[in-house]
Amino acid sequence: MNRKHKEMLYFTAFRACALLVVLALVILVGYMVTGGLGKISLEFLTEMPRRANTEGGILPAIMGTFYLMVIVLVVSVPIGVMSAIYLVEYEQSSWMGRMFKLAVYNLAGVPSIVYGLLGLSIFVGYLGFGFSLISAGLTLSIMTLPLMITASREAISAVPQSVRDASTALGATKWQTIWHHVLPYALPGIFTGIILSVSRAAGETAPLMLTGVAMSLQTLPDSFFDSFMALPYHLFYMATQSSDLLATRPLQYATALVLLLLVLGMNMVAIVMRKRYRDKYKW
Amino acid sequence: MTTAIHAEDLNVYFDKNHALKGVTMDINKNEVTAVIGPSGCGKSTFIRCINRMNDLITNCTVNGKVMVDGTDINDDDVDVVDVRRRIGMVFQKPNPFPKSIYENVAYAPRLHGIVETVDGKVKRRKHTKQELDAIVERSLRRAALWEEVKDRLDKGGMTLSGGQQQRLCIARTLSIDPEIILFDEPCSALDPIATSKIEDLLVDLKKDYTVVIVTHSMQQAARISDRTAFFYMGEMVEMGDTKQIFEKPARELTEQYITGRMG
Repeated sequence: MNRKHKEMLYFTAFRACALLVVLALVILVGYMVTGGLGKISLEFLTEMPRRANTEGGILPAIMGTFYLMVIVLVVSVPIGVMSAIYLVEYEQSSWMGRMFKLAVYNLAGVPSIVYGLLGLSIFVGYLGFGFSLISAGLTLSIMTLPLMITASREAISAVPQSVRDASTALGATKWQTIWHHVLPYALPGIFTGIILSVSRAAGETAPLMLTGVAMSLQTLPDSFFDSFMALPYHLFYMATQSSDLLATRPLQYATALVLLLLVLGMNMVAIVMRKRYRDKYKW
Repeated sequence: MTTAIHAEDLNVYFDKNHALKGVTMDINKNEVTAVIGPSGCGKSTFIRCINRMNDLITNCTVNGKVMVDGTDINDDDVDVVDVRRRIGMVFQKPNPFPKSIYENVAYAPRLHGIVETVDGKVKRRKHTKQELDAIVERSLRRAALWEEVKDRLDKGGMTLSGGQQQRLCIARTLSIDPEIILFDEPCSALDPIATSKIEDLLVDLKKDYTVVIVTHSMQQAARISDRTAFFYMGEMVEMGDTKQIFEKPARELTEQYITGRMG
C-alpha cells in the first residue's frame, strides 16, 4: 500500500466516523417525526392530559419544562459566569483557585440522581420548598453549574492576555477591562455554555422525580411552589407506567419531538446571539 | 535638558529571582531613550516598572523609586490608573482590540472623560461626538495612519496589516495625550518597511513626548535614540549618549555586546 492509498484510507475512516454521528441524529429525528408528527396538533399542544395521560394534550409538561429552563437560565448563568470570572481573573494560579477548579471538575462527574437526592434534602426538606418547581429548578441549576463554569472559563481564558494588557496600559481598571473587553469577547463561548446547560436541564428526568415532578396534572403551576409536569418525565411515564403502553406509542413520539423542538428553539436564540457577537468582534 | 523619569535603586523580584538589580538612571524629557541588552537582561521588566505594569504579575515585587514629575509612582497614595493614563505603553506584538479602528482610538478618551473646572469645581463629563471625532483624527494623523484608514474607520482594527496595527496601537496610546510613551520592542514582529515607518514616527514623536524604547536591535537603537542604556543580567551596565555608547563604550561588557562578541 503506497502513501497515497494510506492517506485515502485514513481520510475515509475519519469521514465514516463523522458520518456515523450524522446518521445517528437522522435516525433519531426520523423516528420521532414519522412516529409522532401525525399526533402533533393544536389540541395536543394546548390541552391538559386526559384519562391517565393516554389521551389529550401535554400543555402542562411543555410549560413545566419551559419554566425549568428559565429557572436554570436565571440562576445558573449569572452564577456560572461570575464564578468563571473570579477563577480566571482573580485566582488563576493560587491555591484557592486550584481547589475551586478541582471542585468544579468533581461536581461535573456527579451522577444526576445524586443531585436529585441533594435537592430533596436541601430544597424540598431543609428549606421547606416542598415538591415544587423551584426545588427542581434549583437542583437542575446546581447540576448544570459545572458545565456553565467550564464553558465560561474556557471562553474567558481564550481572550488573549495582550488585550488585557492593552486595556490596562490605557488606564482602565481591572473591572473596566473585564466589562469592556474580556466579557464581550468571551460571549460566544459563554453562549455555548448556556446552550449546553439549558439543553441538559431540559432533558433531565432523574433529579425531577425526587424534587417535584408530577405524573399527571390538570392545571398549570400557579407559583414556584407548585408541583409540575415535565416532558422527559412524561415520556418516561408513558413509556413504562401507562395503563395502555401501545396506545400511547404515537403520543410518546410526539412528546419526544416537542421536547426536541423546545430545546432547539431555546438554542436557536442562543445560537443567533452567538453568531451576532462572533461577527461583531473580529479577530 | 530636564529629567522626565528618575529611577533610583530599582529592584524587581519574581518570587526569589532577582530580575532587576539596583537600577538607577535618568531619562530626559523629549528624547528617545533606548534600552538594549540580550534577552532576559531585565530591559522589559525595567520599562514595565515605569507604568506599573508589573503590578499585574502576582509574584512580582518592586522596590525602589520611580520619580515622575517629582512624585514616586510607587507611593501608596498614587492612583495607578492615573499613572497609566499619563504614561502610555506600546507592546511587542500589535494588540488592537477586535473592534473598529474608530473604537480602538476612542476607547481610552471615552473611559476617562473630560475633566473640566466649572465655577471652581472639578467636573468630569463625557466627550461629545465631535470631540471624539477630532481626537480620533488627530491621534491617527499623529501616528501617520490617517491617510491610510480615513475611509474605513468603521472596519475592524484586525483587518489592518501588522505595521498598520502597530501604528493603530500608537494612535490609541496618543488618544489620551500621555507625557511619556514606553515602547516594548515595538518592531520585533514587523517587516523592515513597517519598521522604518515606526522608527520615523518615534523620532517625530519626541518633539511632544518622552520616548523610551526597549529594542533587541542595536542598529535600531543607534538610528533613533539620543541616549542608550545597556542592561546585562538585571543590571544597568552603562548609560550615555548613543554616539558615545556605540563608538566609545566605557565598559568592556558594553563593547563586547555592541561588537557582537557576547549576547
